[in-house]
Amino acid sequence: MSVKARELAVYDIHKSFPFGAGRLDTLAGITFAAGAGEFVSIVGPSGCGKSTLLEIVCGLIEADRGTITIDGVRPATLVGQVAYMPQNDLLFPWRRVIDNVALPLEIAGVDRGTARREAAALFRLFGLEGFENAYPAELSGGMRQRAALMRTFLTRKGIVALDEPFGALDAHTRRKMQQWLAGVSAELGATILLVTHDVEEALILSDRVVVLSPRPARVVREFPVPLPRPRSILDPAFVRLKGEILSCLDAEETLEREVVAHDRK
Amino acid sequence: MQPDVALERERRRERRRTARWAGKGLAYLPPVLALVSGLILWEAAVRLFDVPRYLLPPPSEIIAAARSDAGALLGVHSRVTLMVAAAGLGCSVAAGVILGALIHRVQWLRQTLYPLLVISQTIPVIVLVPLLVVWFGYGLTPKLIIVAIVCFFPVAVAVVDGLDRADGRLVKLVRSMGASPGQIFWKVNVPSAAPSLFTGLRVAATYAVMAAVVSEWMGADQGLGVYIARSARSFRIDRVFAGVVLVSVYSVIAFWLVDALRKKALPWERLLSDHTNGRGEAGTRK
Repeated sequence: MSVKARELAVYDIHKSFPFGAGRLDTLAGITFAAGAGEFVSIVGPSGCGKSTLLEIVCGLIEADRGTITIDGVRPATLVGQVAYMPQNDLLFPWRRVIDNVALPLEIAGVDRGTARREAAALFRLFGLEGFENAYPAELSGGMRQRAALMRTFLTRKGIVALDEPFGALDAHTRRKMQQWLAGVSAELGATILLVTHDVEEALILSDRVVVLSPRPARVVREFPVPLPRPRSILDPAFVRLKGEILSCLDAEETLEREVVAHDRK
Repeated sequence: MQPDVALERERRRERRRTARWAGKGLAYLPPVLALVSGLILWEAAVRLFDVPRYLLPPPSEIIAAARSDAGALLGVHSRVTLMVAAAGLGCSVAAGVILGALIHRVQWLRQTLYPLLVISQTIPVIVLVPLLVVWFGYGLTPKLIIVAIVCFFPVAVAVVDGLDRADGRLVKLVRSMGASPGQIFWKVNVPSAAPSLFTGLRVAATYAVMAAVVSEWMGADQGLGVYIARSARSFRIDRVFAGVVLVSVYSVIAFWLVDALRKKALPWERLLSDHTNGRGEAGTRK
């Protein structure tokens, strides 16, 4: 698949939501960048606004403040610029797998036959060969997730945003899926943005890990992951880096508890 | 990856086979048994207490009456009634789908028309009969209107409900792909509404036969409604029952036809209900 990977830059994104009488600050100035073809993971405590950030990047909700550029240009609208994969697989139950994954092409105006042919070429890479004409309900959880990933990559946007794509899977399937994605992500040739709360997942997959604070979220630190691939979770360097990121996350959460405790007094 | 993929498929197929099997054998037996024993009781009671035949004939005589009139019953009377039922149903489906879609899409129609539509259902169709006769005479038109009025409501409501029920997360997803409002409607809302439409259609199809029979009471010379009314006037209760049974048989056939069509049109529903026990409404499982 020949997609030109694109570069994403997120600068000073703020977002708050109405909450009770006031507003709940969710994002408090998020800045980071993902180079063309880079795999960047965003980790943070649950409820810190990671999904909100991703929805802003995909143009589904508007930021209160801040800019997002793609290849250095600020697009007129972000809608349709970034391929988005939400937390659930969200396959259409009435479409066969092939028509599910070809959907983004159909929406882009490609005729059904061409869309199907293009989609069919990817089934081997995603381990779904022979299941082109199955319905989603006939697939296992891992297979559905791979189908949803395939659909996401078929949007051919050059930037892919994945929101906890393996969150709903059991531990064993999740590990298999991570290894599989680590193996194929380079071949897919897109800039990948992965939101997760699983540090190990981020380290297996990404070139760089961006750590967010609890709500209102800021970028605490960025960790480059200079480990050779394929990565092993038992590699001492891997374990050390994981420890560093975890303690960075923990420090932030402790800080938050202290602030809350202080406010209560 | 390939072996476990094949295994998964086989496992699911097996589960489906056993589920379908268990469901069928048990579901049809109890009502059939109840019906047969009820008929036997009826026959025995009528003979034992010597009930006058012009009040309640035994089932055996109803069957005999049905046999002797079979030619007319299954021929001209059925043809006329079923034609009116089918044509009226067709009109109401077309009107119901169009109006349902409009109510779904146009906010002010939803606010003005939808409540009126619900209120209109409190008017018994029977009281409209004299009006329709005054306006349209005794021809085919008023009969079609009666059937269409009766069947229209379940279809329209099912369409509105089905279109509204589309999963918001799917809408969000296709929006992120840059879909236009029209594409969202056709690719998300319309397929989501299909199960609901068939549910409404099932109700409408069973009503259609009944409504066609009633419509003939305002004046006609052929049809099952005419046959039933004439038989009642001449105290041939056995024939009345024969007509009534035939009408309900046609209603059940209409019901089955819609379900068969649904299975054909929405093959994926069967897969969903296997492990969710739901009625297969559109939506994603966790």
